[in-house]
Amino acid sequence: MNPKFKVVGLYLLLALTILYCSGPLLWQFITSLKPDAEIVRIPPLLPQNTTVDHYVSIFKGHPFLRIILNSAVVAASTTLLSLIIGSLAAFGLARLNIRYKALILGFVLSVSMFPPIATVSPLYLIIRALGLRDTWWALIITYTTFSLPLAIWILTNFFREIPDEIYRAARVDGCSPFQAFYKIILPLSAPGVFATAVLVFIFSWNEFLFALTFTSTTASRTIPVGIALFPGLHEVPWGDIAAASVVVTIPLIVLIFAFQRRIIEGLTAGAVKG
Amino acid sequence: MTIKDSGYRFVISALILLSLVSIYPLVYVLYLSLHRRLLIFDISRFVGLENYLFLLKDDRFWNALKNTVYFTVVSVSMELFLGLSIAMLLNRTFMFKGIVRALVLIPWAIPTVVSARMWEWMYNTDFGILNYMLGAKINWLGSPFWAMNAAIFMDVWKTTPFVAILLMAGLHVIPQDIYHAARVDGAENLAIFRKITLPLLKPVILVVLIFRTLDAFRVFDAVYVLTGGGPANTTETLSIYAYKTLFQTLQFGYGSALSVVIFLCIGSISIFYIRLLSRGIKQ
Repeated sequence: MNPKFKVVGLYLLLALTILYCSGPLLWQFITSLKPDAEIVRIPPLLPQNTTVDHYVSIFKGHPFLRIILNSAVVAASTTLLSLIIGSLAAFGLARLNIRYKALILGFVLSVSMFPPIATVSPLYLIIRALGLRDTWWALIITYTTFSLPLAIWILTNFFREIPDEIYRAARVDGCSPFQAFYKIILPLSAPGVFATAVLVFIFSWNEFLFALTFTSTTASRTIPVGIALFPGLHEVPWGDIAAASVVVTIPLIVLIFAFQRRIIEGLTAGAVKG
Repeated sequence: MTIKDSGYRFVISALILLSLVSIYPLVYVLYLSLHRRLLIFDISRFVGLENYLFLLKDDRFWNALKNTVYFTVVSVSMELFLGLSIAMLLNRTFMFKGIVRALVLIPWAIPTVVSARMWEWMYNTDFGILNYMLGAKINWLGSPFWAMNAAIFMDVWKTTPFVAILLMAGLHVIPQDIYHAARVDGAENLAIFRKITLPLLKPVILVVLIFRTLDAFRVFDAVYVLTGGGPANTTETLSIYAYKTLFQTLQFGYGSALSVVIFLCIGSISIFYIRLLSRGIKQ
């Protein structure tokens, strides 16, 4: 085949792939800029009178800002907590002396296979009994637990790659195991810690089932619940939903463009090596 | 010299949290499933296996199981096919690779709920872009035939990037020398794909299948937000049925029995795949 023809074909297929992957979001963005009258008219595809009304309306009429704040606090706290607890556990499993290591890792991994629906009813009763319903903590504790398997798995893989001599040298120089962990091992595994943080953050930002069950008012309602239960008096407010979708997706787009390589590293860390 | 420091105090907090928030609820859900428990009346009575016996005769359960299996088989096969195609495409040399990979990751990063509402709008019968492009008037979410397939198309769009990324990493590990050697020997493209790429990619494909099958089988938000299980329960998956039983009709006993059955299905699928995987490694 003509090599020039081949290159054109390659870029054509790439363009098609990109259109498939980003098209729906693009369409949502276009919809968000249309006045209501134009939304219920097709063609034309592009807005004739561009408007930002929908963006104003979601922040004015609804407690949208509060919902974003809930998500940000829950996702950030979950990320921090699972990094702390997860990296300690991963360090113990990767470097230190523990009996039944394989068994513990197997147990941790099996938790990641639990279907959320299997634990949601008892967790709901427990959270209700503890008076944690409709609070940030209900979500932070649940999310931290269910992101631990991922965090421990990725971090154990990264910690194992650091030569044992480095840890031994630190111990000989008088570091305690804990000091060796946070002064030497943790900084050396920064890429792994980063990959874990991004993945856990995205998981907590996007989770729906637990959030839907444990929250009941805007005091703790997160973005996915807010978007799913988007208020509409008479008809579905497509423009407002589109605007809200775009706003909550922006942080994620920033994350994937900034940390695309880290995300891919994190996603493949366990799957391909293991 | 060797240093053997004890690591128990490092793992203990993780183990405690995992036990309290995942193992204890799992035992609790088993306990609940043996009871008749109605949340509104504060009734709780031990009924043995009654919930499970009822489940065997419950048409709605069998319908949900059938829907879940259909959803899982069709969506996972489509994702694997599309994901492999995209992975092989992205594995070529081209400009702006980083940007292209980030663009491909977009569906994976978008919250499922947001994707569902985006597709709900695209599926709109009168003003949706899909019907406009197809020049058709398909009632995507309202017709029993299309609704489940519409949910599948959305799930395929949402999760193909994940499949593609993992398979791309798998392709990356295959040494280029093998391809060169095959070309020198005059092998055709299709033969190279069937005889070299697929066999060497098999372990990664299996891992992808594990992740995707488990996720598809417990699907909740994608379908729940898109169709709510309708029309006429044609898109009601096991997780949706269990959720409705638990939190809409507040039957905690029967809902928990449904949850236990979902857990057992997921467990069997995991064990089946892990056996397959470990047999592959031994060979």
